[in-house]
Amino acid sequence: MTKRRRFFIGFAIISLLLAGVVSYFANSNPDGLDAVTRNGCTVVQTSQGERLGGDCIAQHAAEHPLKSGPLADYTVSGDSRFTGVAGVVGVVATLAVAGGLFWVLRRRSDES
Amino acid sequence: MSDGLLNAPTSILFLVVAALGVSIALMKARVDLDDRTAPMAGLVAAFVFATQMLNFPVLPGVSGHLLGGALAAILVGPWVGALCVTIVLVLQALLFADGGVTALGANITNMALIGTAVGFAVAVALRPLAKRGKAGIAAMALISAFVNTVVASSGFVLEYAIGGQGAVSLGTVATAIIGVHCLIGIGEGVITALTVTAVAAVRPDLVHLLRGVKRELEIKS
Repeated sequence: MTKRRRFFIGFAIISLLLAGVVSYFANSNPDGLDAVTRNGCTVVQTSQGERLGGDCIAQHAAEHPLKSGPLADYTVSGDSRFTGVAGVVGVVATLAVAGGLFWVLRRRSDES
Repeated sequence: MSDGLLNAPTSILFLVVAALGVSIALMKARVDLDDRTAPMAGLVAAFVFATQMLNFPVLPGVSGHLLGGALAAILVGPWVGALCVTIVLVLQALLFADGGVTALGANITNMALIGTAVGFAVAVALRPLAKRGKAGIAAMALISAFVNTVVASSGFVLEYAIGGQGAVSLGTVATAIIGVHCLIGIGEGVITALTVTAVAAVRPDLVHLLRGVKRELEIKS
């Protein structure tokens, strides 16, 4: 195995571990932008889940059209115990799409 | 950001901006892609996806996560880097319902185009620093990533100014967004510095920004 290939495999394993394992330790609070758009609102717990009371930017947020997708919110069918599984699927999907696109776009070695 | 925070004309405007920017990146990326860098670029995109999942606390009740533009640009160049972040954002929106669909244009503009371009510009300006060794590389990566986060977040302020929904004043939004992203930028800086120095330590030839640097150092000595 070449040194470069060993590096690539190591890099892939690190990404898989981050998305598959470390992701369980991620902070679940809203991120900077989401938090700012909620400024001015209070979170009201209702039987249908969280609702925003008051007046803020986030009240204008539309429900995500793919909210009921199988991997929505980094879960598997809504079950957050499988965040790591969703993360691994995401890493593999990203690698496939990005790697595939870049491999097709690349300059072939005989034309440089 | 989610759908609905910007009005329809503004969302469409930034979908057009994003489409133009990504098209240019697609045309220019080829120069930086070969048998060696193409797999690296795919792995960088996957790494950005993984790292974006890892929200870290910045304030009580508020978290932040890597945006990745500077990181990707330093490792694989600005054009390929912009495409890496774009692919991550598209997959997040379509597979994970994270980030709106009509908001995708604004999100790509902020994080993949503005963040990557600004991060790369700062990194290039600090390349003399990076040539001095490991500490210089870390400082270059940290500062470029910090600026990338803060400037990318001000993209949202611009979009809100053009067509944001809600009655909150622009000044209030700008102060809050830029303030919190100064904190997130520190986290982005630390993660980027750790990643870039780690890659540079084992495979400096795979760090786009350091191409040719080693040779220059050898000639000098």
